[in-house]
Amino acid sequence: MKLELQGITKVFGPLVANDHIDLVVEPGEIHALLGENGAGKSTLMNVLYGLYDPDDGQILLDDKPVTFEGPGDAVRAGIGMVHQHFMLVPVFTVAESVALGYEPAGPGGILDLGAARRKVEEISERFGFHVDPDALIEELPVGVQQRVEIIKALSRDARILILDEPTAVLTPQETDELIKIMGELKAAGTSIVFITHKLREVRAIADRITVIRRGKVVGEASPESTETELASLMVGRSVNLAVDKTPAELRDNELVVSDLTVLSGSTPVVDRVSFSVQGGEILAIAGVQGNGQTELAEVILGIDEAAAGSVTLDGKELLGMSVRERLRAGIGFVPEDRSTDGVVSSFSIAENLILDLYDTEPFARGVSMNLGKVAENAEFRTQEFDVRLTDIQDPISTLSGGNAQKVVLAREMSRPLRLLVASQPTRGLDVGSIEFVHKRIVAERDNGTPVVIVSTELDEVLALADRVAVMYRGRIVGIVDAREAGPAGINRDVLGLMMAGVPLEDAVQQAAGHQSTLASADAAADGKDLT
Amino acid sequence: MSTPIVPVTAGTPVDDVPASGAVLGKISYRIPITYAVLAGAALLGLVGTMIGREGAWSQTTEFQSRYGDQWFTIPNFSVPSLLTVILLTVALLAAAVYGYLLTSGRKAVPVWLHIVVGVAFVLAFLTWAGAGKSAVIPVTSLLAGALALSVPLIFGAMSGIVCERSGIINIAIEGQLLFGAFAAAVVASLATAPYLGLVAAPIAGALIGALLAWFAVSYHVNQIIIGVVLNTLVLGLTSFFFSTLLADNSATWNARQPLGVIEIPLLSQIPIVGPVLFRQTILVYLMYATVILLQIMLFRSRWGLRTRAVGEHPKAADTVGIHVNKRRVWNTILGGAIAGLGGAFFTIGSGLAFGREMSAGNGFIALAAMILGKWNPTGALVAALLFGFSKNLGNVLSTIGSPMPSQILLMLPYVITIFAVAGLVGRVRAPAAEGIPYTK
Repeated sequence: MKLELQGITKVFGPLVANDHIDLVVEPGEIHALLGENGAGKSTLMNVLYGLYDPDDGQILLDDKPVTFEGPGDAVRAGIGMVHQHFMLVPVFTVAESVALGYEPAGPGGILDLGAARRKVEEISERFGFHVDPDALIEELPVGVQQRVEIIKALSRDARILILDEPTAVLTPQETDELIKIMGELKAAGTSIVFITHKLREVRAIADRITVIRRGKVVGEASPESTETELASLMVGRSVNLAVDKTPAELRDNELVVSDLTVLSGSTPVVDRVSFSVQGGEILAIAGVQGNGQTELAEVILGIDEAAAGSVTLDGKELLGMSVRERLRAGIGFVPEDRSTDGVVSSFSIAENLILDLYDTEPFARGVSMNLGKVAENAEFRTQEFDVRLTDIQDPISTLSGGNAQKVVLAREMSRPLRLLVASQPTRGLDVGSIEFVHKRIVAERDNGTPVVIVSTELDEVLALADRVAVMYRGRIVGIVDAREAGPAGINRDVLGLMMAGVPLEDAVQQAAGHQSTLASADAAADGKDLT
Repeated sequence: MSTPIVPVTAGTPVDDVPASGAVLGKISYRIPITYAVLAGAALLGLVGTMIGREGAWSQTTEFQSRYGDQWFTIPNFSVPSLLTVILLTVALLAAAVYGYLLTSGRKAVPVWLHIVVGVAFVLAFLTWAGAGKSAVIPVTSLLAGALALSVPLIFGAMSGIVCERSGIINIAIEGQLLFGAFAAAVVASLATAPYLGLVAAPIAGALIGALLAWFAVSYHVNQIIIGVVLNTLVLGLTSFFFSTLLADNSATWNARQPLGVIEIPLLSQIPIVGPVLFRQTILVYLMYATVILLQIMLFRSRWGLRTRAVGEHPKAADTVGIHVNKRRVWNTILGGAIAGLGGAFFTIGSGLAFGREMSAGNGFIALAAMILGKWNPTGALVAALLFGFSKNLGNVLSTIGSPMPSQILLMLPYVITIFAVAGLVGRVRAPAAEGIPYTK
């Protein structure tokens, strides 16, 4: 079946998740949708699957326009989807999961589980899935759960299969098997839309590639493109947010992280990570979202627990200290999710500015609070950080994202800092706010504070960092010195490749060996010379 | 000493070293410990308190099984109290040891052993309570009364299961029972037809269920809070009508309209069990049908599969085209209707007129039965019967003058529930999406 999306637009409040996206998937084609996290790929597929109503644009199947009220309509039209987070009920058996919604049933609605079982067995056999129809979902490994999802889609005669980040949760071996399965499905005539941000897989399996960035289609590519070309397309060449900054003047105070491991269940999400940051420099932790950066930042503050390793600040061990003790030790922390972790949205701006100091002089006097001082502090800080507001007593939820983030920064920087950790400091902010936030962070660095920035935006990483550590699957792939950055050394292409797990030296080689037109254009746009 | 070669199959311990537990997983000794506690209680509490008594060996306990008219009756019979209690205690100890052996050998403890232990303990307790008393222990009427007291609990628990399996917490069972009792009494009295009351009761309950669903699904009000509010609302409404209307005109509005007892031929003649189970009103037979039907439908039907999907992982249900909120609304209404029907037991089911606060906390005990029964109809049935039995035991013992205060027995359901929820009776897992409003 041929699938065509024309001008699909989806808006969530101020965020344009999909901006007039056009996409054509030919019958029997594996079409990769490539883009960074948050680029709008999943939103687009949820629109296609009837989970979201598009605000504009239309969907055509075999050149006939269709509208989907819900996933039921999409399924009837022949679209199947394997979600990134599996849509399986853990306490059901495989047969029940596959039957759900399309149950073979006899009189009185009594299930014909025998028929459901046979269906699973038949599809399982046809593609060599080896899935036991009576196994409980929660007892199956993720790779097998994913096959159950594929069986589910196939059992409803899906002719277009959407795979949303299917390899995100798989081991390398499981990924290989999935790629084989995709080949077989293609041979059987199924069109596949393969959503990913992983370059290797795209080149290994896709027939055509559409790259999406910030909700827009930025280009098409063929699988013959090099990873470098794909990386630069995916990461983009948007406005260069150049930040004026002098070379780092290193001081003696430092944060040292050694062999730090954080477990989620029994799998390490931060895997033996070591690095150090000296006073007066900015270390940016780059990487695709979900590679352990969040946990790393949280474990430094103490809201996540380390399984092994050590974190010392100016020679003092931080692990084992409470969050409060760490804050008192001089850590400033800008959390990744401002609205849930950064502020209490129903509290006033003034109250949010003293969340960390509410119980100390001058804001507290015994058991009561000195509201005069709280207000005074709020007036001063909001002016200092240029927060645009009507009244400091308004709830912080009335502020725009940029202004709320300035409040968070104002609070975190109002203490004498020995370390600043900022996760995604400019996510969702407008250009003006981004500039301001960057300036304040650089100012803190120039004060002699070690600064750790976690960012998935390469633009930001390159603008701020003195050194860049790239994380992939919980490990640091490599740490590069941004001062060496240049056409021959470290650039956006190299970092992009490292974010896909390519080790530093290979990445440098690949990026240098395959200087493509795209890469040249990229470099030209950055105002750098090509050698 | 040579070691015999044992073929290694699943479940066969290769050696006796307990360290093998580290590989196979920890053995849970919950069941033998529970048995041992019961045996210990019988030994210390029953045998211990009797054996020192003067003339303990000559005391007897008389049991009576006659209950209504029957073709065939077992005459009253007496047993020597102390000897019987000792024998039953020995049986309990033996069961505890057997249970321990089974468990340590990684074998499942069979259901019949549970039953043996339960029956032995209860018999020992009854023998002890009736020792040396002139009053007889009315076994059959004890059971019949237990079933009667369980009926609203069972209906309530089934209501809870229908709602909670779809993800809506139904704290309003208490109010649904009360409103069902009220509607059944008033309609039956006005129409002078008890069977019309049987129609009105589920409608009244469904109404409360619909209110719960409306607030919970459309407005995302916290389901526990709205449930409590609805209970209070029904209590206020029924009390208001009771004092303004029913109390003064009881002949028209609140006359007794008992449902007739229907005797099932042959089955009702079985000694002891027959009259308990098969000489009942239609409401009790409806209760049997509800439990059986629900047990089948929940796990074997399209409705059940979808209901459980919506309660466990609503998004997954949504992605296969199931209307999550619609299913929840209908289940909550159905659950309300079941509880309302159960409420009819208080009035037309037991031949009583409506009285203020008649449901007397039964809705909450029903919730406890649902949890103890792990959200399964048969499990909840057993739990509700257990609660009903301990309640009736309290009643019976207080009439024959038991050495144990009946209030202690009345506490039993709650004590059991606390232990159950604390995990002693096994892993209790609520539907995963329970109480969480679904939005896309």
